[in-house]
Amino acid sequence: MAKGSIVAGCLAPHPPHLVYAENPEQNEPVSEGGWEQLRWGYERLRESLKDVDYDVIVILSPHWQTYIGTHFIGVEKCVSKSVDPVFPNLFRFNYDLTIDVELAKAIHDQAKSEGMSVKMMENPDFRVDYGTLVSCHMVRPEWDKPIVSISSNRSLSYYSVEVMQEMMLELGRSTAKAIEESGKKCLLIASNSLSHRHFVTETNPPEDMSKEHITSHAMHLWDMRMIELMRQGKSQQIIDEMPEFCEQAIAETDGGALTWILSAMGVPSEPAILHGYGTIIGTGNAIMEWPCRTWGDE
Amino acid sequence: MMSGEIIKSLIVPAHPHPVLCPEKNEGWQRVRDAFDEARKQIEETDADLIIIYSTLWPSVIGHQIQADPNPEWVMVDADFHDLGSIHYSLKIDTEFANAWNEANIARGLESRTVSYQGFPIDVGSVVALELLNPGNRIPAVICSTNVYSNRAETTVLAKACMDVVKAQGKKAVAVSVMSLSNRMFTEPIKPEEDRIHSLKDDEWNQKILEFLSEGRLEDIGQLSRTIHDQIRVKKVVAFKPMWWLSAMNDNRNDLSGNVLAYEPIHGAGAAVVVLDPESNGTGDKEYDEDDVEFYGGDRGVLDSAESKSNASPSNSGPELYDPVEGKNAVNTNKAPKPVGAYPHARREGDLIYLSGVGPRQPGDNSIPGGPIKDSNGNPLNYDIKAQTRAVVDNISRILEEAGSSLDKVIDVTSFLVDMDRDFAGYNQVWAETLGKVGPTRTTLAIRALPTPIAVEMKVIAKI
Ligand SMILES: [Fe+2]
Repeated sequence: MAKGSIVAGCLAPHPPHLVYAENPEQNEPVSEGGWEQLRWGYERLRESLKDVDYDVIVILSPHWQTYIGTHFIGVEKCVSKSVDPVFPNLFRFNYDLTIDVELAKAIHDQAKSEGMSVKMMENPDFRVDYGTLVSCHMVRPEWDKPIVSISSNRSLSYYSVEVMQEMMLELGRSTAKAIEESGKKCLLIASNSLSHRHFVTETNPPEDMSKEHITSHAMHLWDMRMIELMRQGKSQQIIDEMPEFCEQAIAETDGGALTWILSAMGVPSEPAILHGYGTIIGTGNAIMEWPCRTWGDE
Repeated sequence: MMSGEIIKSLIVPAHPHPVLCPEKNEGWQRVRDAFDEARKQIEETDADLIIIYSTLWPSVIGHQIQADPNPEWVMVDADFHDLGSIHYSLKIDTEFANAWNEANIARGLESRTVSYQGFPIDVGSVVALELLNPGNRIPAVICSTNVYSNRAETTVLAKACMDVVKAQGKKAVAVSVMSLSNRMFTEPIKPEEDRIHSLKDDEWNQKILEFLSEGRLEDIGQLSRTIHDQIRVKKVVAFKPMWWLSAMNDNRNDLSGNVLAYEPIHGAGAAVVVLDPESNGTGDKEYDEDDVEFYGGDRGVLDSAESKSNASPSNSGPELYDPVEGKNAVNTNKAPKPVGAYPHARREGDLIYLSGVGPRQPGDNSIPGGPIKDSNGNPLNYDIKAQTRAVVDNISRILEEAGSSLDKVIDVTSFLVDMDRDFAGYNQVWAETLGKVGPTRTTLAIRALPTPIAVEMKVIAKI
């Protein structure tokens, strides 16, 4: 069996506003659009991945928050409706997706053998978190690829960004190893925004773009710095600066997804492609792609 | 007017164990038994509403209030999914939910109701209602916790809720769903291995419960920031449920408290506490935090596209004077400073004449019930009753300085800047205060007063 591989890693933010603005048939609310810069960014990402052959999407989302280790969905068919508890006016999404339980279990087992606290989620009533749904929909609206859904272990809350990163670096290595051994071609998604300070009021309609901007200059500077580091392939520096970034930009990378994906890709020094940047209710969001498939064998 | 009130307050834990598997651990069973006891106590009252403030339902856009008449779904805990699912079908008092939402907005809060099929009711609310209110015997209302809110906003949220409790004459049970210490074990444990995560957590939990058993709810409110630092994993920016619950109880410290259970659930501190409004006889203690009536805080502070003013409105208005000293003048630093060269009052014979008295507070010059406009002249919502009460309090203090008192008032002239809006509220407070003394009274509508207040009174009293 050929070795499995990561065809690409994506930073794919999940504010439900993006799905809301797209008006897909699965989502109940109807919009006039909005956040076009980001949605066109996703369009460019989809275009870039159009001819890329892969078997499965592996995604880590900060909106499945677990405090007792890292969890993996272990139910093959997930069919239900997801209502965002924070923006229920924007996101009430009927989903029907398939989980690659075999690969999920393989990553789980590998991480466990490395001493991590992990658990399979086998309750058929479980609802898939909206972060996973939004990012997957924006990256692959056809919903024709099975998914591995990984929870966000909130070790940051218990310890520190440093400890969170230790764990996510290990989870990344375990993910890469399990993928390699699976023989599958995988698309990895880190589902998160960058700076993450929200406005606490909403415009009417929510898609009124005249009111959309970053919450503060400091947040903008941090977002640009992180994007530039990704564009230059300075993954290690991103990891090094993560504690300051999380603290000062209240960054959603605190959920561990970005550290995990960088680790799974081997902390790459290859540059990432910026497909788009924009703010959503004040938070900073970048759509990035690391085209691992083009890097060749080391 | 009907008189609504909080007839019972509860603190209950948030984890699903007491519903799904109490039998697996003796402590979990005791928590379950305590829930059952609390339910019985509620059933013995004439409660007609359960109000839940859940720390497990975070919101960003202000506060959200559940207004679906019948939320129904299957709840699975993000961590404890292996314990099973909870099917819920709840009965929400939508009329109350909508009124609370409006009351929030009237008090300056960002607020909205949510009513969507499939909305994920949080685990804490599901557990609380499942165990305290099986079969939906009593309608409920559920409110979120705003991730950015702090004490002032949380207090005003409770006051808005109480506006509606009173207006609708509800006999309400207030429930804070929360852990005490919230640090869980980060590894799976066997049920029999459960214990409070650390000795420090346990000591703090015991201290909290000691206060609560003495009915000292407001003291715990004031300790909330310390508790957050000491024994709360920072999943949210502040530990606020005690702020809400204390404000729902007039920030009292002399409630009758009863701790029904305190046990670990996966390391976290799980307690069931019942607080009754009957005074425990110790006498109330001093309340020394800001008692905010109307939220005018920093919600727009980051939104540079909005031209909202964040200047403290109470500081706008004319220059203040020290009260004029002179023959027969009566002045006190317990009353607000004059806006011109005149004394607070003047004695003539056995009568005392007061200069017009408004609601401004001595010292910080703030206006209870909020100012009627901001420093840019934009109208603000305000509470006429709170303003009127503050006027009467100021009058009382000036009279006491002169050796007189409120019950010696013989004639009052009142000035309202908005007769249509405010007469009823002003009149109600009058009836509860000076109305009982029985002075003659004249009420006039006027265009404006020198400071952003809605009511002023001119008083003559006997010494
Ligand atoms: Fe998010």
